[in-house]
Amino acid sequence: MSMRQDDGKTPSLQLRRGLTAGAAAALIAIYLSSVGLIAMMNARPVIANALTLAQMTLLTIVFLAGALSQRPSPQDRTPAFWTAPLAGAVAGLLVAGFAGVILSVNLRPVFIALVPPLARLLTFGQSGVDGTAILVAGSALVASAGAFYQRLPDKVRRLLFPAALSVLLCGMFQEFIQVILQSNALFRWLAPWFYGWDGLTATGALIVFAVALAAAALPLVYRKPAGAGDVSSWRRFVPALFILLLLLLVPIAGGPYIAQVFLLIGLYVLMGMGLNLELGLAGLLDLGFVAFFATGAYITAILTADSPLALAHYTAIPSLSFWLAMPIAVLGAVLMGILFGIPVLGVKGDYLAVATLGLGEIVRIVVQSDAAAPLLGGAQGILQIPKPQVGGFQFGSAVSLFYLTLAAALFAAYCAWRLERSRLGRAWIALREDEDVAQAMGINLVQSKLLAYAFGAAFAGLAGSIFAVMVNSVFPSSFQLLMSINVLALIVVGGLGSLSGVVLGALVLIGLPEALREFGEFRYLFYGLALILTMRLMPEGLLPASRRRRRLVSPIAVGGSTPVARP
Amino acid sequence: MILEIENMSLAYGNIEAVRGVSIKIVDGGIVALVGANGAGKSSTLNAISGLLPISAGTIRIDGQSTKELKPHQITRRGIVQVPEGRRIFGRLSVEENLLMGAFSRNDHQAIAEDRDRMFELFPRLKERRRQVAGTLSGGEQQMVATARGLMARPRVLLMDEPSMGLAPLVVEQVFDTIQAINAAGTTVLLVEQNALMALEIADHAYVMEHGEIVLEGPGPELAGDERVISIYLG
Ligand SMILES: Nc1ncnc2c1ncn2[C@@H]1O[C@H](COP(=O)(O)OP(=O)(O)OP(=O)(O)O)[C@@H](O)[C@H]1O
Ligand SMILES: [Mg+2]
Repeated sequence: MSMRQDDGKTPSLQLRRGLTAGAAAALIAIYLSSVGLIAMMNARPVIANALTLAQMTLLTIVFLAGALSQRPSPQDRTPAFWTAPLAGAVAGLLVAGFAGVILSVNLRPVFIALVPPLARLLTFGQSGVDGTAILVAGSALVASAGAFYQRLPDKVRRLLFPAALSVLLCGMFQEFIQVILQSNALFRWLAPWFYGWDGLTATGALIVFAVALAAAALPLVYRKPAGAGDVSSWRRFVPALFILLLLLLVPIAGGPYIAQVFLLIGLYVLMGMGLNLELGLAGLLDLGFVAFFATGAYITAILTADSPLALAHYTAIPSLSFWLAMPIAVLGAVLMGILFGIPVLGVKGDYLAVATLGLGEIVRIVVQSDAAAPLLGGAQGILQIPKPQVGGFQFGSAVSLFYLTLAAALFAAYCAWRLERSRLGRAWIALREDEDVAQAMGINLVQSKLLAYAFGAAFAGLAGSIFAVMVNSVFPSSFQLLMSINVLALIVVGGLGSLSGVVLGALVLIGLPEALREFGEFRYLFYGLALILTMRLMPEGLLPASRRRRRLVSPIAVGGSTPVARP
Repeated sequence: MILEIENMSLAYGNIEAVRGVSIKIVDGGIVALVGANGAGKSSTLNAISGLLPISAGTIRIDGQSTKELKPHQITRRGIVQVPEGRRIFGRLSVEENLLMGAFSRNDHQAIAEDRDRMFELFPRLKERRRQVAGTLSGGEQQMVATARGLMARPRVLLMDEPSMGLAPLVVEQVFDTIQAINAAGTTVLLVEQNALMALEIADHAYVMEHGEIVLEGPGPELAGDERVISIYLG
């Protein structure tokens, strides 16, 4: 009983909290430095001549340590403020110590990245006893800022966060944004306000921050008084329209590289929506998803390619145009989905993951095999797949193929949206919740499950068909297990069962690494981090589906109110 | 006869859970199936619903064997189960749960009417129609499970321990509801551990022990039977 009384007031508990938070922050910084990420990030400015991505990352780590030290825990409902500066000071001291070690001992044989310039980077150019003192004090200050931020009301944080994020994005992606601004007379006059020769200027950063802040505040101003009924339906579509407009314009303005990145994102969005039907709605984990993508690609190849392996070459079937081949490829993928579903019908949970993984690999190995080589070309694949054509126009460029993908994705999104609200969609949801009861409600288990695989496969087949014409060739090595895992990761990060989540997940997990090419080797480190962070902090994903958002939550978290379903 | 079970046996692997059980259900009544834990009551219901394969005997709906039928087809023939432990769809709202019950129907007008009727039968659910069903109290969840079963417009409602885990006062209400449902024309097969109460309202009853039917007869008569009392008290 007496334990309960000094709940949260125990100095030793608070002390431990501050020390661990600080040590954790320092460890993360040291880890990122040792693998070479920090040095690499230093090449990318966020604000020209003021802040590089490396510095921003270090500051953010300390900031977060301060913020997290203030999060109430069951043992400690009201953490004291001083734990934050303590955490910051500890982090600063440890990092300064690490920098000292780098300067005095040659660590290069162990970690190639640990060189004196890195030490100067970690200490923000400070050195000596005074320098260390400044570093510790500065770090404590940043962590205090984090703690202060954590204590701000939710509403204010919801404004500050997007504003800061906007500055970060505008700075990091300055080369792309500059290209976009320069490409159009409408925007060209804007550029000098934001960007100098070497990136986002301080004034630019301030303007972006202010504009983003205002934009984030807008919905608050226009919000109807609470309880005044539903937000009118058109208003819910405003963000979607805005994003659509962005998607329509950015690839044109951004040039071929951006278009290529967006095209890839689009293909993953298509696949993500497909897997979402299987996993997000019907609850069928599928690690062999790439097989459907491969089926779509290969069917498109053998129907359209100008190659000895094309059907037209050795059968009476004429060489088809992409527009005829694509629907056939989708149908072929559907068939593959059903064939794939039959053997795993009775398999559940963990076993399903393993079984589908095996099936997916079987498909790839069969395609790669010598036995199938006369038909599918084995490891050499099928070459010379022509680009789609309409009249005289050829979808030759990444930009035009992006628009094709966008159109396909919009159509697929509409289908997915309708499906979720259909009888079949409800059957899937019921099956995921409780298979036996769902059957007792009159749901046909076999049919519904096979349809889930079939529809999921259709989306992937469509993506595969476009992929084939995008790269002009198909090889078995393009269809690795990793691709299934990518799709799974992006819908988990975005939010299972959520359409907008798929888009965001693809942007974050596919788009970001593509746009930040130089970090290529750290791609899977980033994946792991993104997955762990979402699972820990937002287990429902970044943009949870409305159905999941109202999953049972602890009464503390919802403030005792009852979760309510959308009408 | 709507439902007839003849000499049915079923096993989980090597363990025979039900042996040679025969139950007859005629139109309109309440039939009770009582017995101790592990007697095989739920297994029997699941076999009727087609969720478990039987190893011997036959189950007939309207004289036709269900051997070839899938669970959803049995539901479509009007035999609907309200499973043990409620097993509502916890993440769907109360109303969505009810609509799931009507999954195999497509008479939208009548479904909406039935839903309103359920809200009359269970006013508590009407207040909470938008609430996520998983956050309801145990009693409320039982109401959802029952209403969901009724939404299928069953000819026979198979109820597996509707009183499980409920306070005595709520149990009374549940039993009142069962009688009301029956009075409105639905035949009920009631599985209960709360044997004496179930026997009181049953037209006909079966007592099950170790997978076999050991006694049968009119409900109130069995309620006074020494052997029943000895099973439950000794
Ligand atoms: N899936 C299963 N696998 C193996 N044995 C099972 C399974 N389900 C039930 N059993 C066994 O079958 C027997 C009958 O179980 P059943 O659930 O039908 O009993 P019950 O009469 O409904 O009991 P209760 O009143 O406790 O619900 C029990 O011995 C049980 O252990
Ligand atoms: Mg039971």
